[in-house]
Amino acid sequence: MKLPPLEYACPASLSEAVALLAAGGGDARAIAGGQSLMPMLAFRVVAPTLLVDLRKPPELKEIRISADGVRLGAMVRWRDIEDDARLAAAHPLLKAAVEHVAHYQIRNRGTVGGSIAHADPAAEMPGICVTCDAEIAVIGSAGSRVIRADDFFVGALTTALEHDEIITEIRLPAWPANRRWGFREFSRRRGDFAMAAAALFYDQDAGGSAVNAHVGVIGLGDRSRRLPEVEAALNSQVIDEALIERAAEITSATVDAQEDIHASAAYRRSLAGTMVERALRSAAA
Amino acid sequence: MKNAFIGSAIERREDLRFLRGRGEYVDDLKPDGLLYAVILRSSVAHGRIVSIDVSAALKIPGVHAVITAKDMPGGAPIVPMRLQPLPEFKPFEQPVIAHDKVRYVGEPLAVVIADSVAIGEDALEAIEIQIESLPAVADWHVAKRDQNLLFEGPGTNRSLTFNAVRGDADAAFVNAPYVRRETFRTGRHYGLTMEPRGVMAQWDAAKGLLTVSGAAKVPFFNRRILAKQIGLPEDSIEMIENDVGGGFGARGEFYPEDFLIPFAARQLNRPVKWIEDRRENLMAMNHAREAEVDVELACERDGTILALRGHAHVDMGAYMRTNGAVGARNIAQFMAGPYRIPNVKLDVSLWMTNKTPVGTYRGPGRFETDFFRERLLDLVAQDLGIDRVEFRRKNLVARSEMPYQIATISPYLHEDEYDSGDYQATLDRCLKEIGWSEKAKLAGRLIDGHYHGIAVGCFIEGGGAGPKETARLEINDDGSISVYIGSSAVGQGVETVFAQIAADALEIPLDRIRWVHHGSTTYVSDGYGAYHSRSVVMGGSALLDAANNFKAALSEEAAKRLGCDASEITIDEDKVSGAGKSLPLAAFAGLTREGAFLNKKHTYSYGAQAAHVAVDAKIGKVDILDYVVVQDAGRIINPLTLRGQVIGSLVQGLGGAFLENLVYDEQGQLLTGSLADYLLPTASDFPRLRAIVMDEHPSPINPLGAKGAGEGGMVGAGGVIANAVANALQSFNPDLRELPLTPTRVWEMTQKKA
Ligand SMILES: Cc1cc2nc3c(=O)[nH]c(=O)nc-3n(C[C@H](O)[C@H](O)[C@H](O)COP(=O)(O)OP(=O)(O)OC[C@H]3O[C@@H](n4cnc5c(N)ncnc54)[C@H](O)[C@@H]3O)c2cc1C
Repeated sequence: MKLPPLEYACPASLSEAVALLAAGGGDARAIAGGQSLMPMLAFRVVAPTLLVDLRKPPELKEIRISADGVRLGAMVRWRDIEDDARLAAAHPLLKAAVEHVAHYQIRNRGTVGGSIAHADPAAEMPGICVTCDAEIAVIGSAGSRVIRADDFFVGALTTALEHDEIITEIRLPAWPANRRWGFREFSRRRGDFAMAAAALFYDQDAGGSAVNAHVGVIGLGDRSRRLPEVEAALNSQVIDEALIERAAEITSATVDAQEDIHASAAYRRSLAGTMVERALRSAAA
Repeated sequence: MKNAFIGSAIERREDLRFLRGRGEYVDDLKPDGLLYAVILRSSVAHGRIVSIDVSAALKIPGVHAVITAKDMPGGAPIVPMRLQPLPEFKPFEQPVIAHDKVRYVGEPLAVVIADSVAIGEDALEAIEIQIESLPAVADWHVAKRDQNLLFEGPGTNRSLTFNAVRGDADAAFVNAPYVRRETFRTGRHYGLTMEPRGVMAQWDAAKGLLTVSGAAKVPFFNRRILAKQIGLPEDSIEMIENDVGGGFGARGEFYPEDFLIPFAARQLNRPVKWIEDRRENLMAMNHAREAEVDVELACERDGTILALRGHAHVDMGAYMRTNGAVGARNIAQFMAGPYRIPNVKLDVSLWMTNKTPVGTYRGPGRFETDFFRERLLDLVAQDLGIDRVEFRRKNLVARSEMPYQIATISPYLHEDEYDSGDYQATLDRCLKEIGWSEKAKLAGRLIDGHYHGIAVGCFIEGGGAGPKETARLEINDDGSISVYIGSSAVGQGVETVFAQIAADALEIPLDRIRWVHHGSTTYVSDGYGAYHSRSVVMGGSALLDAANNFKAALSEEAAKRLGCDASEITIDEDKVSGAGKSLPLAAFAGLTREGAFLNKKHTYSYGAQAAHVAVDAKIGKVDILDYVVVQDAGRIINPLTLRGQVIGSLVQGLGGAFLENLVYDEQGQLLTGSLADYLLPTASDFPRLRAIVMDEHPSPINPLGAKGAGEGGMVGAGGVIANAVANALQSFNPDLRELPLTPTRVWEMTQKKA
């Protein structure tokens, strides 16, 4: 479990980093916190010839909060999100989800950019991006572009990124103060990747009915997805216990689940429904 | 002075060293000229080796050698069995390196010796290997068909069937008023040590001396094996025991690497080190536990047990390893546990499969068989309408029946008896501590979305295996005392407890015992190591004998020098006195005496465990709200370290009950290849565990009165947890016959009736 032979570079600027990735063809790779990439190198499931460390460019490290929403630099670590008191109001769903990511030591190094680039189907951050209609800002040798989260995540460990593109920022739309939200996750041990999780929110109209419902599930199928059938069932309705139970049933009936060594597909479907049910109940409480 | 260190809760003296980072593990050893070994392991579960081409690997700069079976004059040596070395097992023993066939994923094929591990791993990728795949025998159900054979010679995949017999079970079943028959299964686990295994070997050609560091558990025995395999006299080999990060029965047995690394060092005349990485560890270290039983219990209507009968099947993996038969043997011999079952007839078949071979793991066979038995007892009590506590009480072996003869095992022909104890007393204490009568009211109730359940079970733990242990005491230059002992340290705190025993025996302050040197073959004439919870019983008793010999020699010598009779000599702190004069102990520096203890019998500590769980049925999650283990360990040397052992082993048992499982697919590929998939308990999983230790009934079979006690927490955990979860989910009439209790399994139990 030792790394394959490789070179290491630590450029001071983003443009240099992009140039190094472009020059390396498919054989150069960005490294952020290393918490997913290093194990893959140790197992030799990937063998780049050059690692381009993103730790120096200063513009990747900031958390910016404005009327437009929350902007997370790609190198923002889980720890930074935890420590940022402003986020409790600016994006409580993000904060709640990040509490479930990994363990102390890993949270001190792992980054939001690394997480979404890695695109583990059971990771929290991609789920938050999809649920919240985030935009992903990237820069490459062909210039900068912004990708909608739903287009960014292609499948398990697969994204729309080109090999020479670097994620610079995750943009989460503004969060109204009275928005209702819930996050529930179950994993076999604390800090493990989710067996299933639900991230959701809705706003309320004057009559107390739900509008703008966004319901996402994590850890099912090849990537996090929203559940349009559940959202449709919630919109324009007052969320009561009966509706919560129906949302759970629709979830279980519509999610894509596969059997693996940790759980059966039937269990995961049921679990997803329960997570949506419990997240909705906490949102409505 | 009068001492009472034995029985005192003294903090572990070895911890200061560990906590300050001053432990010395085998990987800390870096002699000049050190080379590193990396092992090419089979990625095919079952196949015939066509060719291994190492030429490209040899060309990589920094690669010194690539060793395969072809390089071994006389062929690859076989690793012989250490325990139960029956002739039937011979054809199934493991060669140190595969030469004609591979039989499991992870089997060694070649050893690369290089300047660094990284270069060695680069070289692995350059070795060209051709294996013609054969159909894999991935579990015992497939093995049983004997269609595809792992070993052509014996013509079957079954290496042996043990029989455990007491009384006449078949006759008892004929007229039994009540019989229940069930099938149960346990998962595949292993004794995962935090520090993986490691071996470092140095060959001193001038002296003709081979030094092997990283030895553990049974260094003297392993020296005998290695000496034979490598063609050296035993006294040309020194096995050195370093600090280790856990043993659990798995570390320290003789593995293929224990030959391959010394062989490489001697061939290359350079020090060679191999440190197992975690991926190797998961597929190379002994597996354990995977078993299935078809078992029936016969009773009177009043709950008096009449007979136990059945057939268990154990998935042995690909080879019979050094202690591979112990778990299977224990399943049969100890299924009756602490209960009076007059008639027993249990067969256990050992099936060879294309998986990592099995060996002992803390509570070998007992974890499995206690789950089978305790689960069956709860089902039977329910059928008979008898309270499950009363049912157990009625059938526990009584104090007046001690020593109590248990089932005899054949063909190994092993008779055994429980030595002493009051099994009712630990059950009573356990019920009291958990608050059974209050908690019983919660059984099956749904409170805040959680179903509550309780359960209690009784267990015994064997210990103190013979035949012998050796200890030696010596006076250091500064007048302090060193203990040398044939027992090995695998994390159980032997440096502390042996210091306590020695200080009491010599009646001197604890800090006068300067060092406790253990394990290595250089310390005593003969040693038997650490297994079967034997260190305190055997090593401690040997130490008493050594202390007697030592005191006699010291008195005699002092009497000469002080001019008095030996009977007048007293030893006090740091001086020896007689005839009104005294000499410092330092004046006798170098004085040393050995002692030994021989024993054929076993100790049996025992106890009861109870759990209170809450089950979130919708997601299949089980919380342990309270868990109590009460264990009577005879004379307790150190209640602090004992409680630590009980809690530690309990956590491992809970890992086996809920989390740990080595999963293979039908091709014999190990799917749980890292700690992301083989789930160990972590610090936050089971915070509410309690251990209570008792010392009411010393063992009559050793002078200390001590009993082995490092495994009991684990032994009972599977059965108690299973019964507590079943009790919680009683409204669903759950079908609970298999461990581990994964969320999927717990959830499925609630689906049938819902
Ligand atoms: C034991 C353990 C448990 C974990 N549990 C969880 C969990 O519960 N939930 C969870 O979400 N995660 C979990 N993780 C993963 C962790 O959160 C990682 O930190 C994260 O997935 C990757 O972030 P990183 O900064 O470490 O990225 P790295 O490992 O450095 O990189 C990961 C990938 O992203 C690419 N990359 C990194 N940054 C960029 C960028 N700016 N632009 C383009 N590509 C980039 C790299 O090239 C690489 O392919 C766990 C990890 C471990 C080791």
